Amino acid sequence: MVGVELAYWAESLLRVLGGLVAVLLPAGTVVYLFLFKMMSFMQSRLGPMEAGPYGSLQLFAEVGKWLQKEDIVPTNAQPEARIFKIAPLVVLASTFLLVAVVPFGPDAWFTDFDGGIFYALAVSSVSVLGILIAGWSSANKYSLLGGLRAAGQLIAYELPMVLAVIGVVIQAGTMNLQKIVVAQNAGEIFGWDGLGNPFLLTQFVGFLIFMIAVQAELTQTPFDMPIAESELVSGYMTEYSGFRFLIFFIGEFATAGVFSMIASVLFLGGWGVPFAWFGWTAIDDVDNWMNVVGPLILFTKMIIVVFFVMWVRFSYPRFREDQLQRFAWKVLIPISLANIMVTAVLKVAF
Amino acid sequence: MPKPKVPGLLKGLGVTFSTLVRTATDGAATVQYPHEKETPPIRARGVIALHEGNCTSCMLCSRSCPDWCIYIEGHKELAPPRRAGGAPRKVNKLDRFDIDYALCMYCGICVEVCPFDALFWSPEYEYSEPRIADLLHDKSKLGEWMETVPEAPDLEVGADKKGKK
Repeated sequence: MVGVELAYWAESLLRVLGGLVAVLLPAGTVVYLFLFKMMSFMQSRLGPMEAGPYGSLQLFAEVGKWLQKEDIVPTNAQPEARIFKIAPLVVLASTFLLVAVVPFGPDAWFTDFDGGIFYALAVSSVSVLGILIAGWSSANKYSLLGGLRAAGQLIAYELPMVLAVIGVVIQAGTMNLQKIVVAQNAGEIFGWDGLGNPFLLTQFVGFLIFMIAVQAELTQTPFDMPIAESELVSGYMTEYSGFRFLIFFIGEFATAGVFSMIASVLFLGGWGVPFAWFGWTAIDDVDNWMNVVGPLILFTKMIIVVFFVMWVRFSYPRFREDQLQRFAWKVLIPISLANIMVTAVLKVAF
Repeated sequence: MPKPKVPGLLKGLGVTFSTLVRTATDGAATVQYPHEKETPPIRARGVIALHEGNCTSCMLCSRSCPDWCIYIEGHKELAPPRRAGGAPRKVNKLDRFDIDYALCMYCGICVEVCPFDALFWSPEYEYSEPRIADLLHDKSKLGEWMETVPEAPDLEVGADKKGKK
């Protein structure tokens, strides 16, 4: 549909730049809007106000501060210094791999293939490896405990997340994220197509489970045992300083943004508007301007989803480790299994 | 009929959200310090002021100071007699009265222990220095703080009847 032909190198460059924007922009927005401002307002204070108007340039100040700091490798970690140094990059790499499948518009995507959501859920677990080797190679008991907790938690909550997504996959009949978006926006509710058919309505249970699992995957409070600062200093990040800590930090909030994008793609209709508004029926009818508006719509939906993630984060106290595991295995997984069965039965019935 | 009970989880979300709205509409509970200043309470322990005329260099404050941050040096001088023909009076002359605010922990024992009302609390708090040595306030600087000492609040009713008349 897009009439622009680019050389391979130009296209690749665009993809790399687009990937950087798609990872760093949500991370910056999430940190400024929610971590700096919303958290402060919820605690009846104003947050950073000095750097730029309303502290809007605070992020650059923070990044500059971290870049100036020394990159320390603890003496005990020296034998595995290379692994110690590579761990934050592994975590950030999983974020970049994750954003690759998110569709931003009818033609604005990095990759578009049929295993989309399967791939996304698979590469999101790569960050566990980064966290584990960070915890292990730090040669620090707090880091090790934090890494182990993170591994246990991420594996436990990977399962309800996958199971919650299966409901969506059954309903959409595809694992391709682009087709899931189309299925929602071209859908109709009992013959009325003014709203499309966002899976939020039919898969509400799945959405709740998915968001709870995302909260745990992102190690945001109430599931922040891996970095529980009152018990484990800073968990697997304890020994990191300077730009490696910065990379962990960016990775955490960029993943929050990307997971929220995936949540809005799966449950809120992604980049699309209900196709009936403009008389479209399939993806080939969608006008070219959606390639510009689509990312904005997706970004707005991401902001709304992150708002809820952060709202919960700033409101609830931390779970205990055993409560966390019990909640995942005894509550979330049975409910999501039931959700799959009900969805499958209804899918066959209708 | 009792109100239906709101689950604690939702109530918690409500608390944070209402605080968010309140901060956005009515302003924060905090003060943007360098731009706007908070008036400390009248009896705030900001800085200790010295009324030099009252000091007899009895050293009580210096000795009771837990971290030894008060330095006093003085000598006796002969002053003209009060009445003609009398013996000359001996008065204490204060040569040095320093408080090292780098050490002071604002316990206020010196103010409490002074029997001659020479030391006072002032609520003034803006006297940080780039060099730590400048936090040693000498007696002229401590005397300047006297201007900032607020009037003592009125005693409570009946409080003045205690003690000897």
